[in-house]
Amino acid sequence: MTVTVGTELPPMVIEATPTMIISTALATRDFQDVHHDRDAAVARGSKDIFLNILTDTGLVQRFVSEWAGPEALVRSIKIRLGVPCYAYDTLTFTGRVTARDGADLELAVSAVDSLGEHIGGTVSVTLPEGDS
Amino acid sequence: MTIEEAAAKIAAAGECSPRPGRDPVNQAMVNSWVEAIGDANPVYTDPEYAARSVHKGLVAPPAMAQVWTMAGLHGTRADDDPMSAIMAVLDEAGYTSVVATNSEQTYHRYLRAGEEVSITTELEDVTGPKRTGLGEGWFVTTRLNWYAGSELVADMLFRILKFRPREAEPPPAPVLRPVISPETAFFWEGLREGELRIQRWGEVLRHPPGPMPPDGALDAVADHVVASGRGTVYSYVAHHHPPVPGKRLPFVVALVELEEGVRMMAELLDVEPDEVHVGLAVRAAFVRIDDELTLPAWEVAR
Repeated sequence: MTVTVGTELPPMVIEATPTMIISTALATRDFQDVHHDRDAAVARGSKDIFLNILTDTGLVQRFVSEWAGPEALVRSIKIRLGVPCYAYDTLTFTGRVTARDGADLELAVSAVDSLGEHIGGTVSVTLPEGDS
Repeated sequence: MTIEEAAAKIAAAGECSPRPGRDPVNQAMVNSWVEAIGDANPVYTDPEYAARSVHKGLVAPPAMAQVWTMAGLHGTRADDDPMSAIMAVLDEAGYTSVVATNSEQTYHRYLRAGEEVSITTELEDVTGPKRTGLGEGWFVTTRLNWYAGSELVADMLFRILKFRPREAEPPPAPVLRPVISPETAFFWEGLREGELRIQRWGEVLRHPPGPMPPDGALDAVADHVVASGRGTVYSYVAHHHPPVPGKRLPFVVALVELEEGVRMMAELLDVEPDEVHVGLAVRAAFVRIDDELTLPAWEVAR
């Protein structure tokens, strides 16, 4: 893979089903009711249950390492949280390389749903030796 | 003590005491996590692949750093946790709602099964008050540090907005409803259809409508004309008190001389009392209340 500043990552599409939202909330040990109980989420002013932040970080890691390869080292994931991602919405991740210093890359990533930008952020990764 | 002073005091206390995670880093939680997230990277789950990889063995996903120390279903914060302290200060000041805005994690190394992870929190920064789309609030930045033993393995800058939710608009109070008689029904029907109707007795227009013509002729029958809706303020009053159901105070009631020659009274909408004067040109407006009732009103002709 030839990686230069401006290289685009292949997009990743995630269906935010209730099962996905609830199973990721529990797998990240986040038991806040708004991530698994629709009645509670609605009572707090939300449209439905919504994706939690720890999952956002996990999805960004998955998105980047699926492109960079299993041995790329993820150094940091810095995300800005935008509109919520409610159940039944679809998240589309896009990203591109914004800086390269040897094997160290900086990537700009974004995930949008029907309401707008859910995640915006930057990820630092180190490519394994031998990758160009 | 101001919020800034309280925040400075909490920040000065530095890092709180470490709180250990419930379980050491373990494969079962990694397996649940990669399954839910859909992360198929074999360095987390395939021992043979992981052994041949740069890691020389299985590792935990770095994005799980925070997972190891999540408090869980019945968790509570440590007594000296600065997040609890600053939340209490802001709750007390009326900033009762919270939304996370930034999560910035840095991984110093990957963790492996068996490692015991603990967490500390320190308050880094409190800035505000800021006007935001959600309401006025304060940005609270904390730094969370994850340790394996005494080694810092990951950290996170976590920023939340602690805000005072904007008050919901109170539901509109019911309006005072007019008494509608057989003689005035045409007027209210007209308003529902967007017409300002004036009672006519032969050549004579009359408002308010009545059961008999001005000259008292007993055999006369009324009909109506539709006013153009144009007129000028003949007189007015700015009503400041007492409250009137369905009205926001102050409001202006204007007696308007219509170009047809009769005078009619109604609220003058969307105007400050000091903008109104005798002779001000206005036009008819129709305020729909529900299927049954539309009220007459005026608006400034611009």
